[in-house]
Amino acid sequence: MVTLQEFASDDPIAWCPGCGNFSILKALKQALVELQKKPHEIAIVSGIGQAPKTPHYLRCNTFNGLHGRTLPVAAGLKLANHELTVLAEGGDGDGYGEGGNHFIHAMRRNIDITYLVHNNQVYGLTKGQTSPTSESGFITKTTPSGSPVPPMNPLLLAVACDCSFVARGFAGAIEHLTDLIRQGIRHRGFALIDILQPCVSFNRVNTFQWYEERVYPVGEGEYDPGDRTAAFNRAQEWGERIPIGIIYRRERPTLSAQHAAIARQSLVRQPIDPTGFPGLLEAFQ
Amino acid sequence: MAVDISIRITGQAGQGIQSISSIMGKVFTRQGYYVFIIQDAESRIRGGHNFDQVRIKDKPVLAIHAQANYLICLDGKTVEQDLPVLTPNGVMIYDGSQTRFESDNPNHFSIPLEQIALEAGQKKIMVNAVATGAAFALMGFDLRPLLDRLAEEFAGKGQEIAAHNQSSASAGYRYVRENFRGRAADQIPPGVFAKQKLLINGSQAMALGAICAGLKFYSGYPMSPSTPIMEFVAAAAQDHHIICEPAEDEIAAVNMVIGAGFAGVRAMTATSGGGFCLMTEALGLAGMTETPLVIVVAQRPGPSTGLPTRTEQGDLRFAMHAAHGEFPRAVLAPGHAAQAFYLMARAFNLAERYQTPVIVLGDQHLNDSYCTVDELDLNRMTIDRGKVVFDDQIASVKDYKRYVWQESGISPRILPGLSEAVVYADSDEHTDAGHITESSEVRNQMVRKRMRKLAGMRQEMGSPEIYPSQRAALVLLGWGSLYGAMKEAVELLQQDGIPAQMCHFSQIYPFTAQAFHRKILKKSRILAVENNYSGQFADFFTQETGRAVCHKILKYDGRPFAPREIVDQVKEKM
Ligand SMILES: Cc1ncc(C[n+]2csc(CCOP(=O)(O)OP(=O)(O)O)c2C)c(N)n1
Ligand code: SF4
Ligand SMILES: [Mg+2]
Repeated sequence: MVTLQEFASDDPIAWCPGCGNFSILKALKQALVELQKKPHEIAIVSGIGQAPKTPHYLRCNTFNGLHGRTLPVAAGLKLANHELTVLAEGGDGDGYGEGGNHFIHAMRRNIDITYLVHNNQVYGLTKGQTSPTSESGFITKTTPSGSPVPPMNPLLLAVACDCSFVARGFAGAIEHLTDLIRQGIRHRGFALIDILQPCVSFNRVNTFQWYEERVYPVGEGEYDPGDRTAAFNRAQEWGERIPIGIIYRRERPTLSAQHAAIARQSLVRQPIDPTGFPGLLEAFQ
Repeated sequence: MAVDISIRITGQAGQGIQSISSIMGKVFTRQGYYVFIIQDAESRIRGGHNFDQVRIKDKPVLAIHAQANYLICLDGKTVEQDLPVLTPNGVMIYDGSQTRFESDNPNHFSIPLEQIALEAGQKKIMVNAVATGAAFALMGFDLRPLLDRLAEEFAGKGQEIAAHNQSSASAGYRYVRENFRGRAADQIPPGVFAKQKLLINGSQAMALGAICAGLKFYSGYPMSPSTPIMEFVAAAAQDHHIICEPAEDEIAAVNMVIGAGFAGVRAMTATSGGGFCLMTEALGLAGMTETPLVIVVAQRPGPSTGLPTRTEQGDLRFAMHAAHGEFPRAVLAPGHAAQAFYLMARAFNLAERYQTPVIVLGDQHLNDSYCTVDELDLNRMTIDRGKVVFDDQIASVKDYKRYVWQESGISPRILPGLSEAVVYADSDEHTDAGHITESSEVRNQMVRKRMRKLAGMRQEMGSPEIYPSQRAALVLLGWGSLYGAMKEAVELLQQDGIPAQMCHFSQIYPFTAQAFHRKILKKSRILAVENNYSGQFADFFTQETGRAVCHKILKYDGRPFAPREIVDQVKEKM
């Protein structure tokens, strides 16, 4: 029986008190316990920012890499050892800005990774500059007259890329988020969970209260995440009402499932024997 | 009779120049000869002016000849362009109906290549087979091995294509026999059938070496001249249980490789200068997280896009210093295909033993040139994974610390997911447990831990190759793909009464001076030879040894050195 205790880390937490990241950490741990995953069966790859510190605060295999390069590292790790449950974790700047190209192609590959984006609509670690998801007009030190451009819409982009699992969670709805993370990990393929995460230090617009007044769960039964046209519509909803929950879901083959090399055994378990290649040499004779 | 014949095949991109050269290469390799083929191509798919030059010798050969004994022009437009490289009594084959060029030189053979191709092979594209047949006749060589090779080469493309190639080659052969009996000066005597030798280029040797050394994961983004490495791996992937993942860019490629390396498989990427520029941040990531990483950088002339299909040794300093911060790395630069094969295994062993990045420098000349290799011995390839700890060796993993202090700098490496241990790797400065830290004490210790690996690597870097062993007052100093040209240059100098030695480095960084330093450098004059503008290795050599070089012989026009060019410049500088 895996308990919360097994995920306890003694690394001191470096987030600001009241930050939305605490709730996300809690939901993540709870989801892993509910799935009865052991710490050594999980690997979290993260980038650089406040969000990517998360794996240090729970016990599991961790690769805390470069800003924006989370997804390729996670992809290489997953392909080399597909028995691992691989998650990727980072902020909105990390994933949608610096790593935007990787984001698009990870969705295309449908590699079996659960990607948690702590979306606080600002750059936290570098102390409050505009991010790809900042609202237009958002005033920061790098946009003193307000951001002149509209935010990108990661969910809409994900639906357009036929991402096989597209969801939005909210740090203020821990149980709902726990359930999303659990479903995301269970999903076979690339699962995007964009998480609305209030940054209490640098985002005075999109606060806990701001989100609480707007978010609503897409209703089970009345909303069909398998309907792509509906998903396009729902993903565009922002402002007065902001949907959370699974926006789009479609089963399609994962990248690992399509590689014959690992049909029987993960790459990392395959032995190395240099004398096993006479056939390759003969081709040059 | 000593044989040393060079054949230049010229024409437009898309005319099948490389098909002729590789077929000739294979035929003569199987007949016991040694072959060296360079490819000189423009960065385009059709048209332009390209050539391959095939050198056939009765002794091992790893360099080009500046001149050609045979010139095979597949295209009327290029006839006059290449004429200057023909030896005084050299033979030219061209199609007089395709050019206004006229010649009364009895060695210039106008053959209706296109007409014969259409008659015998049904297609204009068969011009290359007709010309090959004609060349074989003029060289006085048997047609049979050519026909056999054509059958083999085109076996996969269907009976008809193979038959058309054969009938075209036969028709070209016959045309020469019937119209100009025995007029070529440079003949190639029949060889002795030998099947065990290989004809291989640098890219193939690198890919093959990597696969034999246990490559399991490859990711890359195409960039000349590195692309054939990726294509080779991709073609072998299914049979040999390798994953070859085309990346969206070089940043993704190298980070995927690092992810796979962290998981515990032998993983690599290959690129050229521009792609390597994009990879530099991740190079430091591998250094910091102590993740094994092998990158092949097949150099081409830069900066920027430069000359995409040509050669240069301009990225040595870049490879040595790429990425911010200080961390250990090794830089290898094979001199020829066989060495490239074995050095790939060495690269993986170093990367795993020292848990750090290893860069293997090739260049267009090394990567694209084919040569005959006596053998590649799989039994000579050793696998050393260093301090990887496997399941059955793990007693207690409860408090496993990935970066635990070791005098050597190398900590035991548990692979994530294969035991109950949890592994933390971090690109921030970290504690021995892999958690982020700002402690000055830990920082100092971790920097020292990483940099200590450099001392270990330095101890075991191989010595340069000295040739010949007799001491000489003159030493040609060089590295990487210059091997073949330098080696032949010292032989030519010897013949001209100027004793000289080659000192060739293939294991460059960290630099090992001890062994050869005392032996050869004391009293000799050193001339550095490099395919770049500034003599990057020469300066590095001086920095490490305190020995200045007398002269630098440099070339940066994107073309490889011919041995004779080096000899001429040595004489000039003496
Ligand atoms: C290549 C590179 N560029 C810039 C930085 C500096 N940097 C670190 S985190 C960050 C932005 C963080 O914002 P986000 O990804 O949204 O994460 P958050 O801190 O908000 O959770 C930046 C710009 C870096 N570490 N690396
Ligand atoms: S800066 Fe913002 S995102 Fe970062 S820890 Fe503080 S509150 Fe959280
Ligand atoms: Mg952010």
